[in-house]
Amino acid sequence: MSTGAVERPSKVLILGSGALKIGEAGEFDYSGSQAIKALREEKIYTVLVNPNIATIQTSEGLADEVYFLPVNAEFVERVIERERPDAILLSFGGQTALNCGLLLADRGVLEKYQVRVLGTPLETIRITEDRELFAGELRKIGMSTPRSRAVSTEEDALRAAEEIGYPVMVRAAFALGGMGSGIATDPEELEGMARKVLSQAPQLLVEEYLEGWREIEYEVVRDRHDNCITVCNMENVDALGIHTGESIVVAPSQTLTDHEYHLLREISIKLIRHLGVIGECNVQFALHATSDEYRIIEVNARLSRSSALASKATGYPLAFVAAKLALGHSMHEVPNSITRVTGSCFEPALDYVVIKIPRWDLKKFKRVSLALGSEMKSVGEVMAIGRRFEEALQKACRMLGIGAHGVLCNSFEFDNLEEELAHPTERRIFAIAEALRRGMDIERVRALTRITPWFLERVAEIVGTASRIAEHDLEGLPDPLFRHAKCLGFSDNQVARLLKRDAPIPRGYGSMLEVREHRKSRGIMPVIKQIDTLAAEYPAHTNYLYMTYHGSEDDITMSEVRPQIVLGGGAYRIGSSVEFDWCAVNAVESLKRRGHSTVLINYNPETVSTDYDTCDRLYFDELSLERVLDICEKENPAGVMISVGGQIPNQLAVPLGRAGVPIIGTSVDCIDRAENRERFSSLLDELKIDQPEWRELTSLADALRFAEQTEYPVLIRPSYVLSGAAMSVAHSDEELAEYLAAATEVSKDFPVVISKFIAGAKEIELDGVAQNGRVICYAISEHVEQAGVHSGDATMVFPSQRIYLETVRRIKKIARGIAGALKITGPFNIQFIARDNRIQVIECNLRASRSFPFVSKILKENFIDYSVRAMLGEEVSSPEKSAFECDYVGVKAPQFSFSRLKGADPLLGVEMASTGEVACLGDDVHSAYLKALISVGYKLPERGVLLTTGTIESKVAFLPSARKLHQLGLPLYATPGTHQFLAEHGIESTLLHPPLEKLSPNVIDHLEAGKIDLVINVPRSERRHLSSGYLTRRKAVDFGVSLFTNIQAAELFVEAISSVRSEADLTIKPWREYV
Amino acid sequence: MAEASSDDQNGPITLSPVDHPPDRSRRARLVLDDGTVFEGYHFGATKAVAGEVVFTTGMVGYPESLTDPSYRGQILSFTYPLIGNYGVPPRPTPGSLPEGFESEHVQASALVIATLSGGSTHWSAARSLEEWLIEEGVPGLCCVDTRALTRRLRSHGTRPGRIEVEGVEELPEIADAATRDLVAEVSCDEPRLYEGVGAGTHPRIVLVDCGAKANIIRSLCQRGADVLRVPHDHDLERERADGFLISNGPGDPKVAEATVAQLKRLLVGARPVLGICLGNQLLALAAGADTYKLDYGHRGQNQPCLEVGTDRCLITSQNHGYAVAGDRLPPGWREWFVNANDRSNEGIRHEDFPFRSVQFHPEATPGPRDAAVIFDRFLEVLR
Repeated sequence: MSTGAVERPSKVLILGSGALKIGEAGEFDYSGSQAIKALREEKIYTVLVNPNIATIQTSEGLADEVYFLPVNAEFVERVIERERPDAILLSFGGQTALNCGLLLADRGVLEKYQVRVLGTPLETIRITEDRELFAGELRKIGMSTPRSRAVSTEEDALRAAEEIGYPVMVRAAFALGGMGSGIATDPEELEGMARKVLSQAPQLLVEEYLEGWREIEYEVVRDRHDNCITVCNMENVDALGIHTGESIVVAPSQTLTDHEYHLLREISIKLIRHLGVIGECNVQFALHATSDEYRIIEVNARLSRSSALASKATGYPLAFVAAKLALGHSMHEVPNSITRVTGSCFEPALDYVVIKIPRWDLKKFKRVSLALGSEMKSVGEVMAIGRRFEEALQKACRMLGIGAHGVLCNSFEFDNLEEELAHPTERRIFAIAEALRRGMDIERVRALTRITPWFLERVAEIVGTASRIAEHDLEGLPDPLFRHAKCLGFSDNQVARLLKRDAPIPRGYGSMLEVREHRKSRGIMPVIKQIDTLAAEYPAHTNYLYMTYHGSEDDITMSEVRPQIVLGGGAYRIGSSVEFDWCAVNAVESLKRRGHSTVLINYNPETVSTDYDTCDRLYFDELSLERVLDICEKENPAGVMISVGGQIPNQLAVPLGRAGVPIIGTSVDCIDRAENRERFSSLLDELKIDQPEWRELTSLADALRFAEQTEYPVLIRPSYVLSGAAMSVAHSDEELAEYLAAATEVSKDFPVVISKFIAGAKEIELDGVAQNGRVICYAISEHVEQAGVHSGDATMVFPSQRIYLETVRRIKKIARGIAGALKITGPFNIQFIARDNRIQVIECNLRASRSFPFVSKILKENFIDYSVRAMLGEEVSSPEKSAFECDYVGVKAPQFSFSRLKGADPLLGVEMASTGEVACLGDDVHSAYLKALISVGYKLPERGVLLTTGTIESKVAFLPSARKLHQLGLPLYATPGTHQFLAEHGIESTLLHPPLEKLSPNVIDHLEAGKIDLVINVPRSERRHLSSGYLTRRKAVDFGVSLFTNIQAAELFVEAISSVRSEADLTIKPWREYV
Repeated sequence: MAEASSDDQNGPITLSPVDHPPDRSRRARLVLDDGTVFEGYHFGATKAVAGEVVFTTGMVGYPESLTDPSYRGQILSFTYPLIGNYGVPPRPTPGSLPEGFESEHVQASALVIATLSGGSTHWSAARSLEEWLIEEGVPGLCCVDTRALTRRLRSHGTRPGRIEVEGVEELPEIADAATRDLVAEVSCDEPRLYEGVGAGTHPRIVLVDCGAKANIIRSLCQRGADVLRVPHDHDLERERADGFLISNGPGDPKVAEATVAQLKRLLVGARPVLGICLGNQLLALAAGADTYKLDYGHRGQNQPCLEVGTDRCLITSQNHGYAVAGDRLPPGWREWFVNANDRSNEGIRHEDFPFRSVQFHPEATPGPRDAAVIFDRFLEVLR
């Protein structure tokens, strides 16, 4: 234990976690931002490396210097060389930052440049990351871990499993989110898993499998004076076997006695004292279902997803405190910013229940397994707060945004409930409710799910209440039952659906509003409660709030000043992610700068917007019509901003506006005109703006007729669409029929439209801000990939480099026309396709888009600030800067998480599949593109390139690129068609047989042997059956080989590596020096 | 802008039940002496009781808290909203130290909670909380906004109140219990020896039982000490002992004159003394210091206590309504611990003699075990 004074650093390097990906998401924007704030408060100069341009932490006014560069040892070393920081923080950027830091230490970089690691020492991190060392340390202090062996060969893995006994748990060492882990029930399964893991990680762990044990986590904090606290414990509702990131989690624990709670707490503290953690640490336990036997599963000596959750669940600013402790402060010196009178050395007492449910998006992927297990697959999470478990649970189910009205009243169908309970998918909580509703007893459900009975009893309570509601109509619903239902988290909509009625419930919000009015007339109203870390023991100064029916009075009194309410973006999911958090936070900050009282509503624990110091009052609650109306009734807002949180708040615009809520910005009617396909289309016709031919769908026969007229391919999509939910391209009658069935499932309240799909066109986006129809500022970006790749998966270049001035001129003109006609006030985004001098509008959103942070940061002109000023009615003048003056380029590249999604085909299409994005700056498009690609995991090829270049057209198109690859001296491999084509054009390549042909030499062998480090695999069509192409792509993903499936992206990559020969040629410049 | 309306609720009001669970039909209510009424539903024993209304912020450990003799005579409210989740352990075997409880019976007069939750599906449970309360004759009130109650107690101080149950006619007076000699009520009647574990010589500790929690005895025995538990007014000076432990207990320390008198005589000697909770206050009074009533006490499992003169801060379990006036200690005494939240006294020690005491509960149960080191240090002194 070090007790000496810690030298205060003057310049600190902070590593971010890069793009959002499965297993590493928005939580690190929260932790990094808090760390920067903690350092800035002490006037320490901060340097941040993070290519995630949509984050808050990379915004102006936080870090003193920002590098949009890959977080890897090579780039970070060069940043260190340039900046010469005297210290580094590794624990705020997830596993990415930690791994990078370990590598920098191994390479002697930290020593060479005299960079001190703040907080938990590297040696401790190394122990917690190396499972063998870790198990050894635990043995030293007599703590139980699962029996396990670390091995580095397949043979040793098999031997270890024999010793331990099947089934065994298999995990990769040094991996985030349980990557490569799973349960092997026999040697054959183990062998396959071991081979895959060992291709990507040096070490594999074979462990005792603790089926049916409870899973508990503690978030522990320690300072250098050896003071320790546990900020929070959390209990997984799902039994051990499902990754904690995939589990429904409740805080605090619900089924632990004092003995169990404090036994595990005591062990956590003993453990981190032994390890010497300074700052924050997460300890995961398995606890036997019917005894106090325990095993320590894992320790993460860094901020984590769980710590972000714990921080939001308790109101204890974990990341901020951890940063302070890393600087050498003691815990009791750091004030508790909620009470302002108490310190940070205490353990929060909760007087509410918090539930987290992961958000999955598995349906976006083809061929992916839907089963949940020890690997993470979820892309986001929601957190709900209530005074009863049932209330929080039902809120959380709704927050998922998957069409659930609660745990009940949903349209999920289950063919085989027992199967669903025993082999969980993302719908298990709904399956449990359905099973109980159909009369399955709790004991049977417990046997199938291994879930602790207390949790099942809570679901049964909801089910029982639902059946009692169903005995009444609205007038006859007894007040006590109505109140009880609200205490159990039933929404008005859910009650409307349950009530006895003569006709089927009509679509729209009518019946929900009817229930709402009736409820209010009965005096059944929610109250506002505060989260204050001390269960009301001390007065709180912050307004971190939630609403509940289990209360008789509000904790706060409203004043006369009417606030501005900003609606946040909800759970991160594919298509709606940290970029909307950036927008919401910037909107709040802009409002605050103008002296407005600000209120924010959001429920995503991975965000900065839900830090209680972001706005004046934070409602950590649902973004539903019901709850937003509740809050508006309490707050009496001057305005409600629905255009900066993505599609979730945007969808509320019309019903909120109709309910009389003062929506600020573009009028509700104009929003509807842009969102409603038909109205928008006739507007374009009026304005004489070209658009792809389309039709609103009434029947399959009509659809087929339309497709026949316009010729395939056609695009099918529902209105109010984001991230291409159920959006598809059909090439044949058969496909059309199939996709339509899927599309109508998504949202029954909105019609489906079908349009001509234009292939081979360039896609261009305009992000803009207007006021009363006058465009104030705009940014035009081009996609590298041709139309057909979802804009969220496309590589974006800004300022555009390859668009004719004439095209730009026409795009501007169209934008002005639309802005004027819709009298846009605030942010908007228009997507265009351009082919053969023809420009068509394919989409228009009257809200901030995904690319707002990107263009704002590249230009250093905050589009959200302009939007807010425009919406407030200030006189706003256009920025003086223009994209034409940029002597640098920004490239935004998607981050895919296919490696996490076993079996998923990494092919791109009109459905969005990327989980995150990065953007890098460069003096030219090539260097910016390469930095961006490296940031999302691509490597520059050195060993060999495998080419399968698709149709004859794309083969021809790619020929010059193939030649360049050849000239670079890279060994080329090709599958038969491509091989022959290349030979005909005088380019040498080695023939490899496709996977399905079991001939040698084969693609698979070469990939497995590591002879290929770049695969360019352009499919002939979007075929979905098991093909050689699929097997090749999948193998590339599984073995971490760089993969391109899009011809334009591959061409640009080849161009780029031809002009920039090595990583060392890429310039290292901070943001400030570009802009 | 909205303000936290924490400290400005004036005047008595009546708050209706927040929930109407279908399995609860009998109404009940908590009436505070200022006329404020919290309506809810009844559970547990069907009777009306009066007592000082206090709250605890601990999130686990209701069987331990309810059997803690320091809660004697009090109406206990839990700020954590779900109580009963893991049931209640089996009935203690008469004569032995109760397992999972701090004494053989429920000591609190009544229980006030938001939601009575769950039955007895936990592996260690033998019955539900409600079944236990019925056996013990203790009433409960649920469906109350306990946060609203806590906010009132926080701003106006803990106060006397009464639980009234529908159909129960006989109502006890709402009266200040401060004058009641609660220590005499909860102390044991005659000395009893508990043997320490392990071989070798066992130090002999005399435990002055002012309402001692069972885990104090267990903690000492586990460390190899023999514990002689004696009544609160036992003649200590003549007792053969290597050290004395003055236990926790209920009520105003100034009422426990008999024990203070015994302690005064002990302080003339030099045998080690350790006080816990009420023991801290009694030791302080015996030493000539003063005690006072806190506005709303410390009851919970998250109280940070700084060891004076160090950077060490312990997270402690607490349950007390009175405190030692730490700024006015007699010569020769200093503060040992202070509360990091409100700087109130959390322990005192003598400069020359082995007389020490802590306001918190090193025996935990319920609560964190960090402060168990206090027992280790005490045993070291004895050896």
